[in-house]
Amino acid sequence: MSTSTAYAAHTGLAAARATGLNKVYGEGDTRVVALDNVSVSFGQGEFTAIMGPSGSGKSTLMHCMAGLDTVSSGSATIGDTELVGLKDKQLTKLRRDKIGFIFQAFNLLPTLTALENITLPMDIAGRKVDKPWLDRVVETVGLSGRLSHRPAQLSGGQQQRVACARALASKPEIIFADEPTGNLDSRSGAEILSFLRNSVRELGQTVVMVTHDPVAASYADRVVFLADGRIVDELANPTADSVLDRMRRFDAKGRTS
Amino acid sequence: MYRTALRNVLAHKGRLLMTALAVMLGTAFVAGTLVFSDTMGQAMSNSFSKSYSDVSVQVSDHRVGNLNHNDGAQTPDQKKRETLNDATLKDLTALPGVERARGVVYAFTGVADKKGNLVGEAWSARGANFVPDGSGQDPRYPIAQGRGPKTAGEVALNQQAADKTGYHVGDKIRVAGNGAAEDVTLVGVFTTDDPQVTSGGTLVLMDTATAQQRMLEPGRYSSIVLTAKPGTSESALLDAVRAKLPADSVSLETGQQLKDDQAKMVADSVKGTKTMLLVFAGISLFVGIFIIVNTFTMLIAQRLKELALLRAVGAGRAQVTKSVLVEALLIGVLSSAAGLLAGVGIGAGMQSLIHSMNEGMPTGSLVIAPVTVVTTVIVGIVVTVLSALFPAIRASRIPPVAAMSAGDLPSTQRGLVIRNAIGAVIAGGGIALILAGAFGKGAGARAMLEIGAPFTLIGVFVLLPLLSRPVVALVGPLLGKVFGTPGKLARLNAVRNPRRTASTAAALTIGLTLVTALTVIGSSVTTTVTKMVSGSMNADYVVSMANGHELSRDLPGLIAKANGVTAVSPVANVMWTVDGEDRAVTGLDAAAFDQLVKIDLNSGSTGALKQGQILVNDEYAAKHNVAQGSTVKIEVAEGKTADVTVGGVFQRNDSLSPIIAANALIDQYEPDAYVNEIMVKGANGPSAELKQSIKDATGRNPVIEVLTEKDMVDQFSRIITTALNIMYGLLGMAVIVAVLGVINTLAMSVFERKREIGMLRAIGLDRRGIKRMVRLESVVISVFGALVGVGLGVFLAWAATRVLSSDLKGLTTVIPYGSVLLFLALAALVGIVAALWPARRASRMDILSSIKTD
Ligand SMILES: Nc1ncnc2c1ncn2[C@@H]1O[C@H](COP(=O)(O)OP(=O)(O)O)[C@@H](O)[C@H]1O
Ligand SMILES: [Mg+2]
Repeated sequence: MSTSTAYAAHTGLAAARATGLNKVYGEGDTRVVALDNVSVSFGQGEFTAIMGPSGSGKSTLMHCMAGLDTVSSGSATIGDTELVGLKDKQLTKLRRDKIGFIFQAFNLLPTLTALENITLPMDIAGRKVDKPWLDRVVETVGLSGRLSHRPAQLSGGQQQRVACARALASKPEIIFADEPTGNLDSRSGAEILSFLRNSVRELGQTVVMVTHDPVAASYADRVVFLADGRIVDELANPTADSVLDRMRRFDAKGRTS
Repeated sequence: MYRTALRNVLAHKGRLLMTALAVMLGTAFVAGTLVFSDTMGQAMSNSFSKSYSDVSVQVSDHRVGNLNHNDGAQTPDQKKRETLNDATLKDLTALPGVERARGVVYAFTGVADKKGNLVGEAWSARGANFVPDGSGQDPRYPIAQGRGPKTAGEVALNQQAADKTGYHVGDKIRVAGNGAAEDVTLVGVFTTDDPQVTSGGTLVLMDTATAQQRMLEPGRYSSIVLTAKPGTSESALLDAVRAKLPADSVSLETGQQLKDDQAKMVADSVKGTKTMLLVFAGISLFVGIFIIVNTFTMLIAQRLKELALLRAVGAGRAQVTKSVLVEALLIGVLSSAAGLLAGVGIGAGMQSLIHSMNEGMPTGSLVIAPVTVVTTVIVGIVVTVLSALFPAIRASRIPPVAAMSAGDLPSTQRGLVIRNAIGAVIAGGGIALILAGAFGKGAGARAMLEIGAPFTLIGVFVLLPLLSRPVVALVGPLLGKVFGTPGKLARLNAVRNPRRTASTAAALTIGLTLVTALTVIGSSVTTTVTKMVSGSMNADYVVSMANGHELSRDLPGLIAKANGVTAVSPVANVMWTVDGEDRAVTGLDAAAFDQLVKIDLNSGSTGALKQGQILVNDEYAAKHNVAQGSTVKIEVAEGKTADVTVGGVFQRNDSLSPIIAANALIDQYEPDAYVNEIMVKGANGPSAELKQSIKDATGRNPVIEVLTEKDMVDQFSRIITTALNIMYGLLGMAVIVAVLGVINTLAMSVFERKREIGMLRAIGLDRRGIKRMVRLESVVISVFGALVGVGLGVFLAWAATRVLSSDLKGLTTVIPYGSVLLFLALAALVGIVAALWPARRASRMDILSSIKTD
């Protein structure tokens, strides 16, 4: 079974893990099974891409694993914390302390400067900012000259880099990114992606990225393929071509089966 | 187009709710006022019309009328009138066409309750004569228990008063006119529909001779009421009476005239209340305007793309404007209809409230006049549509290309430069006028203040967006420090859209400006009067009638004999013509003067009073160019003058007339001068024993008040406090509308920022943090509005007290800091309350749906 291969493929320490995850929306006629018995684990210091056609359940998987949404059944853990059964308060604290987010829409607060946006999670937590780390993050993202700008004064790519820096600055155990390049032109997108890859390689960050773009997926260490709420395949050390190739095969399979 | 508008209204009904409520409250206030005043007016005139049913012609004595109503001094010739007596009564009874004639004695008489205190208000405490017919009944006053009074030791009391006090037939009760009180036996309880009595007053009936003796003088009537024979018209009877009596000695009125007069009086008093209530309703509606403008501006901003698309596919500018206005029209119609219904409810509620506070108040069925319906609906519609006009015009200026632009739409900050310039001109002009008024003199100063104040208010409203940043910046750092990130975000959000913040805050600014100005003026006047009264008296007690009437002449002598009293003097008030001008003159006994009155003399001595000289104040002296030793010619009676020497000049003191004379001097020319106060000094200062011994000396008359300086000050400040409380109550409605405005703005802001809120939740701000952020934004906006309002209110009050100080010397602005701080605290509380629902909504928002892109 493909799910078991995905599960077995990774042997290192898991930063996040899903076991037998089910997510059902609606009831009766409107019932949609968005996740169907998904088991997957994301290793520490690994850059994983979740790929699949639109509506395959990528965002749902990410939301469930990041404590943004509840699961219908199964288990989801971050580190050794089980998410299922946690109350809103505990989930909030977990997200604040252990998870970083990058969304498709840049999702910055327009009233804050770039720097304030970056340190926002730490400000909320009332944690002290690790200054050398922050400097390093800011430098890596290439925002040094723009820290006092407000989002409206920044380009889309720059805004998304602020969002990346925000996710990284608090040293979360894992970063979830949902189509982070979806709203960007290809050059800005490439910048963000290499930046994410560098953060994994150089800073040891764990990143899980949802995308439907094979080129974006090729930046990852590993690609997990979703279709109709199930994990159907996975690929290590992907290239754009190998990803595209895999996807064509599903399409063909989907049509013939 | 109507269908689109209707669909828009329905689609946004949640977001339009607060606007509709604001319009509804304002119109409900208008409708409530109209319904209430019409209903009260009708009920009152109904009850009054009954009271003259048996009156064809009423003949009244001028002098008695004056006695009852005049609180001031009288000119000597007022006392030389012919009176109505038994002979007159006989003459009139004999007139052809007269069925019955009744001699009426009607004047002030108070009743003491079991504790010895006056029952009811002094102005509605009355006494009258009981006129039994052959069977011993008086048709005017049907006896419910016991019988009518027959001798001097007997009285009857109206049912309400008997119920209130718990007196029963056979009890000893204490009644009093303006002299010593008397203990009499209650022999009967009667009912009456005399409106004076049914509206909470007391009425004591005596036999005619006793009534005359107590309230008037033996053989005299205050009026004679004639009932015409069937077939004789009122006017014919009036002519007959006029032929009989000298025209200038009495006043004649037909029953119809009396009813008309009553009706007019009722209408006038209701109209006064109505006008005042409508002013406050207007304020509420005005506050509502800011909410309507805000709502439509926000709705249009949210629908920008949709409207641009309409333009792109060919809709004209006028069509866009019209579509927005039609939407406003719909809301106006719906909310004013609801307002009308609520107003009828308010009218009914107010009637029963008044009735429950004062059982005697007449009630009647609710009067919903067509004009009420039309006015309410038209006012609601006009206010809503006019308020939506600017946003609608702005909507029509949206370029079609806006439909194509991507991403979030920045709020337009353009136009603030022009707006600020206009605001600065208006506010500057207004402030200049106010300053000119404050430093000016006379009627012109007042006018400048009255014109300047509204301009200043409007100018400041126009400038509020500009003011929002610096004012919020003042409190900002504190927010971040105390409340962390939510506090900081709240501060930033509050100034994010200065226009919106400004018009939300403006609603509170209006209320706070008025409340603060009234409070400061009230406290300034109270403080000044306190100072004035405190500074002017050596006496320990002032004895007076609760109703301000003249005191009996025997009282000073009786009080002088009381235990512990060392000095007593009646305070006489006369009008003398000095140098061709009528002048009030205060008279005191020269021997007791220094013990009772405190004045600062510039020259001369108070001893001069003993030599028949007068004292004048410095202003009078300067104006008329007199000094110690000058002679003043006084016309003491028609054609009779006296030369009086000025014995000293004292510093103006507003509790004394500009001219002071010894009572001995006044008595020479005017033996029965008007006395409504007696000053008393005790051996050991004010004490409970001294007060009691003065009361005992005055026959424990419940109507006579024995007050210390402090009592008088307290009485005065109670009046001011009551007036302020009424104002606060009425402004409460405007504040409620303002709260709706804050709720409205917050709810809209939360809706617009739902993606931000979702993001904040995702990255770890908990629900409490979100709530706190919204709540603090609300507090910041509210306190901003309140701060500006308090500032403006203090400024206006300062100017007003300066202008008023020409009437009330020594009036200085006194800011009650405690109250001002309380207002600001209340504004913060308003902010918290207004944020309850929006904050809850924000914290409950689904994270995922708020961060979804499409
Ligand atoms: N809130 C929701 N209610 C009902 N169905 C939903 C909801 N969110 C997602 N779905 C459904 O779940 C499936 C997976 O959605 P999603 O995870 O967003 O897919 P992807 O991100 O891969 O495009 C889709 O069929 C979608 O219609
Ligand atoms: Mg998705």
